[in-house]
Amino acid sequence: MTPIHITLNGAPLQLEPDTTLAELIATTGHEPQGLSTAVNGDFVARESRSHHVLREADAVFTFQPITGG
Amino acid sequence: MSFIVADTLLHSRFFLGTAGYPSPHILQQAVAASEAQVVTVGLKRQLTQGAGANDFHALIRETGSRLLPNTAGCRTAREAVTLAHMARELFGTNWIKLEVVGDEYTLQPDLFELVQAAAELARAGFEVFPYCTDDLVTCQRLLDAGCRILMPWGAPIGSGQGLINPYALRTLRARLPDVTLIVDAGIGSPHDAVLAMELGFDAVLLNSAVAQAHDPVAMARAFRLGIEAGRLAFEAGIMARQDMAVPTTPVTGRPFVL
Repeated sequence: MTPIHITLNGAPLQLEPDTTLAELIATTGHEPQGLSTAVNGDFVARESRSHHVLREADAVFTFQPITGG
Repeated sequence: MSFIVADTLLHSRFFLGTAGYPSPHILQQAVAASEAQVVTVGLKRQLTQGAGANDFHALIRETGSRLLPNTAGCRTAREAVTLAHMARELFGTNWIKLEVVGDEYTLQPDLFELVQAAAELARAGFEVFPYCTDDLVTCQRLLDAGCRILMPWGAPIGSGQGLINPYALRTLRARLPDVTLIVDAGIGSPHDAVLAMELGFDAVLLNSAVAQAHDPVAMARAFRLGIEAGRLAFEAGIMARQDMAVPTTPVTGRPFVL
């Protein structure tokens, strides 16, 4: 099957078709609770990641806590 | 000193930012010295290797302070709304310090995008703390959009200039007597925080003035004392200014001339 091409935080990535957001996050080795996600600028809640199927050219962003003023 | 913000009883009117400290240890000590019960935090697009972000999150939770996440870096209402949702999920709070930047150099808010984002987030159940300018009409629009708290700037973020427009801040206090008003940004020294509290503002939020001090822990304590003093002075009722002298010693006429 033809792989799909997405970006993760701006970096290109090739995935198997029908990869879910949860599966992608699992490949990063990070705890799912320790980050938050958006796809194409839209927030995807943690509980929705397992049924959010990624598509060609999707831009995935992960956000983590930092210091702030 | 106690007051209620967003249905939450706080015993400190000092909100403290967590950015730019020399070390995590000094940040922890500064928070403790400040006795701030609300600290601001942020989110960043990243995927750090190692514990990094989780370490910070754990450290700041250990302070016991209430977290107020911000939407720093956002340029549009859409970006800010998305970031706010992520903050709510990550930090487990519906409080959001709403920042929508309109200018790269002054970091002043884009008030149009700010009001739009505030309305959408208020509808979504967020408690919005909007970082705004001192413009009265915009502040009213934010209240109309569902905000219960306003955070007008003292001066541009990180500039340390103090309160550059006390007249506008006084006007906000006078025209919005029942609204929670928190001066946010531009505070440079405890003098500035004292002035804000003497004007009747409910609290002060600052970051750089502590983080960039030579001794952040001592400065956090200085601000705590200043904010308390300013609030006490406001509650005690500050005397009115006079253009001319008003004698204090109760003599009549001149002592040696009958």
